[in-house]
Formats: sequence, C-alpha cells, structure tokens
Amino acid sequence: MVKHIKLVGIDKTFHTKTGDVTALKNIELDIESGEFLSVVGPSGCGKSTIMRIIAGLESPSAGTVQINEQELTGIADGAAIVFQKDVLLAWRSVLDNVLLPLDLKGITWFDRGNHITNRKKAIDLLESVGLKGFEDKYPHELSGGMRQRVSICRALIQDPKLLLMDEPFGALDALTREQMMYDLLKLSNKYKFTTVFITHSIEEAVFLSDRVVVMSERPGTILKELPIELVRPRDNKTRSNPVFNHKVHEIRDIFQSQGILAET
Amino acid sequence: MNSKAEANRMISTKDRQMKSWKIPKSFWAAVTLIGLVVMWELLTVVLAIPAYILPTPTDIGVRLFQETSMLWGHTWTTLTEVLLGFGLSLAIGIPIAITIVYSKYLANSIYPIIIGIQCLPMVSIAPILVIWFGYGLITKVILACLISFFPVVINAVNGFNSLDKEMHDLGRSLGISERKIFFYFRLPNALPHLFAGFKVGITLAVVGAIVGEFVASERGLGYLQLTANARLDTELVFVTIVVLAILGISLFLVVHVLERILMPWYHANKAGGGQ
Ligand SMILES: Nc1ncnc2c1ncn2[C@@H]1O[C@H](COP(=O)(O)OP(=O)(O)OP(=O)(O)O)[C@@H](O)[C@H]1O
Ligand SMILES: [Mg+2]
Repeated sequence: MVKHIKLVGIDKTFHTKTGDVTALKNIELDIESGEFLSVVGPSGCGKSTIMRIIAGLESPSAGTVQINEQELTGIADGAAIVFQKDVLLAWRSVLDNVLLPLDLKGITWFDRGNHITNRKKAIDLLESVGLKGFEDKYPHELSGGMRQRVSICRALIQDPKLLLMDEPFGALDALTREQMMYDLLKLSNKYKFTTVFITHSIEEAVFLSDRVVVMSERPGTILKELPIELVRPRDNKTRSNPVFNHKVHEIRDIFQSQGILAET
Repeated sequence: MNSKAEANRMISTKDRQMKSWKIPKSFWAAVTLIGLVVMWELLTVVLAIPAYILPTPTDIGVRLFQETSMLWGHTWTTLTEVLLGFGLSLAIGIPIAITIVYSKYLANSIYPIIIGIQCLPMVSIAPILVIWFGYGLITKVILACLISFFPVVINAVNGFNSLDKEMHDLGRSLGISERKIFFYFRLPNALPHLFAGFKVGITLAVVGAIVGEFVASERGLGYLQLTANARLDTELVFVTIVVLAILGISLFLVVHVLERILMPWYHANKAGGGQ
C-alpha cells in the first residue's frame, strides 16, 4: 500500500499566558492510502491537535507532515474535516450547506455550468444518509444526528482523499451513534478515502478501524498501534467476534497500566 | 433505518403545526392599549382635568388631523436629521468595527476608548456642537450620529467576533481567503448582533435629533414641542409626542422587517418565552 500521510517527529507546544503547554511529543505515524485509522486517548492528550496539524490548521513546533511524500505547508489539499460540533451555517438550507465547499471553490461563472451536477451529487449524498426530502429545510429544523449527517455530506461532496473526523459522534445518543457508524462505514467503503477518526470510545475505534493508535496523557505520545484484523464489511456480528472483544480489552489494559483508567 | 423513521416523524409534525391557528400576539397588545386610552379619556372627563394639564385622547386626535400638513413639514425635518445621522453612524461605525476586529492594535487601543466614551451622556455635548456648527441641519445630524454610533459599533464588534473557532477553521480548511471568510461566515453570522445594534441605534438617533432641536432649531418636532410648551398649548405638545411615537415605532419596524427579510432562519431558531 501507498503511504498517504507521514508524521515525522512531531512536537507541539502552545505558548499561553500561564506558561507553555506541551500537547504532543515526538509523534511518528504513517497512514496508508485508504486506511481507516482511529486515535483514542484521554481527554486533553492532543488528539484534536494531531488532527489540526494534519489538516494544516496548526503548524507543528518541530517535525514535519508529509502528504503523498510532499512536505505540508499551509492548508492540506484534498482533506475534509468533520468537527465535533456540526458547524452548519444557520442561514443556508441543508442543500446549500452541503454545496458550500463547491460554492466557495467555484470562483468563475464557468463553474456555474456544473451547478446542476453539483446539486444532483449533493442530493444523492443526502439520500445515502437518509435525508431525502430535507434539502430545503434549515439546520434548526433538524435533530442533532441529522445535522451531523449533513456535515458529513458537506465533507464528502469535495471528494476528499482524506477525511478527518474529530469526535464526530461525541454529542449524539447511543442509538444514533451506532447508526452513524454504519453510515460512515458504508460511505468509506464506497468512496475509499483515507480516514483519521478521533474518538473517546474504545469500542467505536475498534469497530470502525483498520488500525487504532492509543495515546498517553499529556504530553501526548503514541503508546501503541494496534492493527484490527476484523473482516469487512463490519456489522452487528462483529461485536460478538472474540477478536473484537480481545482488542477492546487490550486497549483498556493499556489505559489501566498507565493509570488513566483506575478501577478503585 | 432509524433516520428514515425520524424523517417521517418530523414531516408529519410539521403538517400538524400548519393546521392549528393562533390569535396573533399583537392582538393582545392592541386590546390593552385601547383599554388604556379609553381609561385616560374617562378619567379626564370624570375628574374634569383642565385641557392645559391633560387633554383627552379625542382632543389630541382631532388636533392631529387638523394640523396634519403643518405636522408633516416638521416631521420631515426631523426624519431627515435622523436618517442622515443614523446613516452616517453606519457609514463610519461598520468600517470601524471591521477594522477593530481585524486589528489587534485597534482592538486594544481604540475599542476600550469607544466603550468608555459610550458611558458619557452624549446629549451633554449638544451645546458645544451648537457653538461649532451653528443652528443648521449639521448640528442635529452630528448629534443623532454620535448618540447612535456607539451601540452600532459595539454590537457590530461583538457580532463579528462571535464567529466560532470551529466555523472559522471550516473556512480555513476549505482553503479560502480571510476576505471570503468574512463575507460567507463572519458577516451573516454577525447579522443578529448588527440588527440588535441598529434597533437601539435608530431609536437613539431620534433622541439625538430631538435634543438637537431643543437646543438649536427653528424647525422640526422638537422645536414644535418646545414652542407649544412655551405657549402652554399642552394639546399640541401631546400631538407632537404622538407623532414622535409614531415616527420612532415606524423606524424601529422598518429595521425589524428588514431583519426578518434578511434572516428568516433566525427567529424560528429561538425558544421564546416557553409557552
Ligand atoms: N490553541 C491552544 N492554545 C493553548 N493550548 C491549547 C490550544 N489547543 C490545545 N491546547 C492544549 O493542548 C492540549 C491538547 O489539546 P487537544 O484539544 O488536542 O486535546 P484532545 O485530546 O483533543 O482533548 P479532548 O479529547 O478533550 O477533545 C490541551 O491541554 C489543551 O489545553
Ligand atoms: Mg479534542
């Protein structure tokens, strides 16, 4: 497989009024093309920071990010982000929210010619996540889960090579969350993008991923990388697979041995 | 699929809402207002209050219609002062707000001063303006501008600053310029704050114009009221107050309607009083 993303010796220190905060220390990570990679770790360990560095929203204090063997300077091309909050624009309809990236990128009038194809693409995406008929609604008319689906569609309409997700389901209830996982797997299988998925949930990480990266408390370092050799497509049976439970326990044990999880 | 069921449920709720019909809220306000006016009428008659102290609503109404053309002239003068003053405070205030948002230096230097000056009672500088600019239109325009300037600027700065960090990051990750982020994200996101400032601003601009007319004028509603007062023509004083009220409310409504047109998404978004 081809290396898509390479993090080499990444450090990140934030200089704040109350002193320096070292968020990341010596992060080495290779992500393959088309891989589904999850990052789990305790709160404040620097997961979001890693994602923002890969996206080019934040620059590392030391080390380099390489995307397709090119050093990243500025905003990463071909990367789409799904944030924990859905950050939909309240003044745009659902359809126009999905079309936002294309509206912003299409600068000339010639691009308007593609307008109909763009709309069709957006409507198809919305339909694939069960939001057919909601194109003309406004974000405030949707539930939390529906809004997050819209923001996933907004990311995917850019045909990203890389999808970055920062606890995208963190604000959702358990049932919606599970449904969103199936939707995401379906989309990821269809479009074959590379995914970096950040989460608090060990089960979520194991269920979705090809590989799980386990991080330590701040300053964040990589404690372990676990390949998840569960067959795809993953479904309800996956959860009762002994390998699934084994991996979940393995990650729990790592957190316990680090004192991040304590039973007493 | 769970999301499909959810979708159907929401569509059917929507239909039900369309069918029910409610008495508009403004109906109760109108009833209360009429009740108060009727009570005023009755009290002045029953207690035999002389007209130079408190004229009856009927007298005020009759006088209003008799003097329409004269009133219209003065109203026009005041309206011109208000609109020019408010327009000026927008023309200066919004660009200043934008510069404050983008310049750390100005945010630390000018903005605190603006907030400080805001605490001054602006009308107290009216006499100085008269010395500088005389008895003409300019004095009133400047006073209306000064008094409405601060709520406009302060609300605009708050509005432009209220963009979520994540929303800003979304714009950045799409690889667009800060200028495009302003027009696609920051400005529409600030609209509710901007309009809150406009509403306060336009109302204060009326105050500014009237005070200006009190101090230095030979035209306008403020002038009319002052002269009527001097002649103990209480009826005309009340007529002017009614016209001023209509003027103020109309200007407020214009801003309010503009707000509704520009941001149809906003009001539906709020829970209101929770009834
Ligand atoms: N812009 C910033 N300025 C200063 N410190 C920051 C900044 N961003 C993050 N940090 C600090 O860096 C550390 C890591 O933050 P980060 O948001 O990456 O954590 P996280 O793993 O995503 O946490 P969570 O799971 O709670 O979202 C935290 O201690 C945080 O306080
Ligand atoms: Mg985070």
